[in-house]
Amino acid sequence: MRGMSLAAVGALFGLLVAVPAMAQENTPPPEVKWSFNGPFGTFDRAAAQRGYQIYHEVCSNCHSLKEAYYRDLSGIGLSPTQIAATAASVNVPTISDDGEPAERPALPADHFRSPFPNEKAARAANNGALPPDLSVIEKAREGGADYIHGILTGYGDPPAGMKIGAGLYYNKYFPGHQIAMPQPLHDGQVTFADGAPNNIDEMAKDVATYLTYISEPELEQRKRLGVKMVLFLAILGGLTYAVKRKVWADVEH
Amino acid sequence: MAGLHKSEVANPVLNWIDTRLPVITMIQKEYGVFPTPKNFNYFWNFGALAMVNLAIMIATGVFLAMNYTAHTTMAFDSVERIMRDVNYGWLIRYVHANGATMFFVVVYIHIFRGMYYGSYKKPRELLWMIGVVILLLMMATAFMGYVLPWGQMSYWGATVITNLFSAIPVVGESVVQWLWGGFSVDNPTLNRFFSLHYLLPFVLTGVIFLHVAALHVTGSNNPLGIEVKGPQDTLPFHPYYTMKDSVGICVYLLVFAALVFFAPNFFIAPDNYIPANPLSTPAEIVPEWYFLPFYAILRSVPNKLGGVCMMFGAIAVLFILPWLDTSPVRSCKFRPIYRILMGVLVVSLVVLGMVGAHRPEGIWVALGRLCTAYYFLHFLVLLPILGKLEKPLPLPESISRAVLSVGGGPLPRGAAAKPMEKI
Repeated sequence: MRGMSLAAVGALFGLLVAVPAMAQENTPPPEVKWSFNGPFGTFDRAAAQRGYQIYHEVCSNCHSLKEAYYRDLSGIGLSPTQIAATAASVNVPTISDDGEPAERPALPADHFRSPFPNEKAARAANNGALPPDLSVIEKAREGGADYIHGILTGYGDPPAGMKIGAGLYYNKYFPGHQIAMPQPLHDGQVTFADGAPNNIDEMAKDVATYLTYISEPELEQRKRLGVKMVLFLAILGGLTYAVKRKVWADVEH
Repeated sequence: MAGLHKSEVANPVLNWIDTRLPVITMIQKEYGVFPTPKNFNYFWNFGALAMVNLAIMIATGVFLAMNYTAHTTMAFDSVERIMRDVNYGWLIRYVHANGATMFFVVVYIHIFRGMYYGSYKKPRELLWMIGVVILLLMMATAFMGYVLPWGQMSYWGATVITNLFSAIPVVGESVVQWLWGGFSVDNPTLNRFFSLHYLLPFVLTGVIFLHVAALHVTGSNNPLGIEVKGPQDTLPFHPYYTMKDSVGICVYLLVFAALVFFAPNFFIAPDNYIPANPLSTPAEIVPEWYFLPFYAILRSVPNKLGGVCMMFGAIAVLFILPWLDTSPVRSCKFRPIYRILMGVLVVSLVVLGMVGAHRPEGIWVALGRLCTAYYFLHFLVLLPILGKLEKPLPLPESISRAVLSVGGGPLPRGAAAKPMEKI
């Protein structure tokens, strides 16, 4: 009986595990060992800051980060002065005292500036394609950070015989393999103050780290709290079980 | 004085209250000394776990509602704002979102336990039927809650599910437009779903109260499925089962915490982090895992109306389960054939869940139809016949005797003379 019911519970859990791992016909991106993986994971601050620099210099020309604020950069180790400076380097739309549309330097409390005023402008500037907002991109794609890294490194020549549509590019890891975004990163494109390698692969990792932070700014706090919760509950559970044994000790059951 | 309760509570203030409103006496009667079969296994934890889960859902839900905006242009952003700017908003939302998963895990195990040990049989038929109402309410609440973040799966899931009603002959279209409050899933739909998602949990609480009230009339079933014969078969609920439930709650919270803190998006489709877009249909519209078996049944029937009827029929058969099962024996422990069939039923439900997650092509179509056929065959044909044909194993004379003899079978007369009076 017991074996039977255990098997049933096991089967139910099997279902839970099997379902989200649904078959994807697309090429899965290579798995990267991220600093933020695992129960004790944290963001590699230097990589995330380089990732921000790449976003600032390259990605932000087309991609918005609507949900994020400049002040969020404190989470990857930027000081308040650095945040104020980087925010001030960007002009955001405002309404002047005369009631006219105007621009002013951004403040740390501002949302990241979106490169286009609206969807139509974005599509007009990008051959009809809409560059997605990247605020939660790591959570919004199967594969998460691996996928971001895969897309940024997945450009190349299409296999023989494959026809690529007008204005589209071949990408190994993009679903359907035809992506509207031209290859965004090239070797040596961005120069880092810390002298870190700036080949495509390393820069893609930096961007993926940064965008994972932007998608899940609570990640480090969440995992730290999680470790404490699990330890607490394990101890509480052990004590509770001991008390239960004591209470039941005089009962035949 | 007429009508006043004679309270035995020692504390004068509590006594004063209890005399006028005997809630303390009631709690003492229903949760203190309440006689409970002494042979529960850990499957009997899941009712209490479901209660805890409901409380967690309502508590987190109230705080989410304080920060959520039910408008198509703002809902998605307001959820992200909860995740980023509300103090511990990420925790509240992840607990609530994963709480739905935990709730269905707990309730599905609770239902399995009821079926395996025959808890639905006389005199607990109504208790079981109220339970099925709870399941339906939970499903409706979960479905509407999933729409609120207004991601792609929210929108398209709502579109697919509400469109099921268009299968109703003649009035189908009108019913769907009435549900939507317009000509597509849009702002009026989101608003009413938010309203109902807040309302239904309180309806649920009321029905759960009835479920527990009915339980306290008949008393609990137990793993042997035989009635309690006397006080030697029972234990007071407190401290024995309050303690045993506490162990279960700790384990449950441990699993819950692992999910919330280390894999909070494990059960959330990535597509639901893309804002709803009526102009772009996702490659695959897949419901939450807990609906997958029913979704698979729906898709196993080539006819739309037929599929909808089968899907609702899958729940409807549960309502009449107490009368479909003709066997006088409750527990699977003593029903060797039914026990195997229960195993097959669980396997077919798991397979249906997998079928629901895959595109209906190739082997998945055949598997879906096979398991759907078994599901209905199990309830509508096998159960009624089996009760007549199956030879159950001999039942123990009482719970306390079965507890004393390791094997569980009946003891020779006089062999279990040792009474259990010390309890």
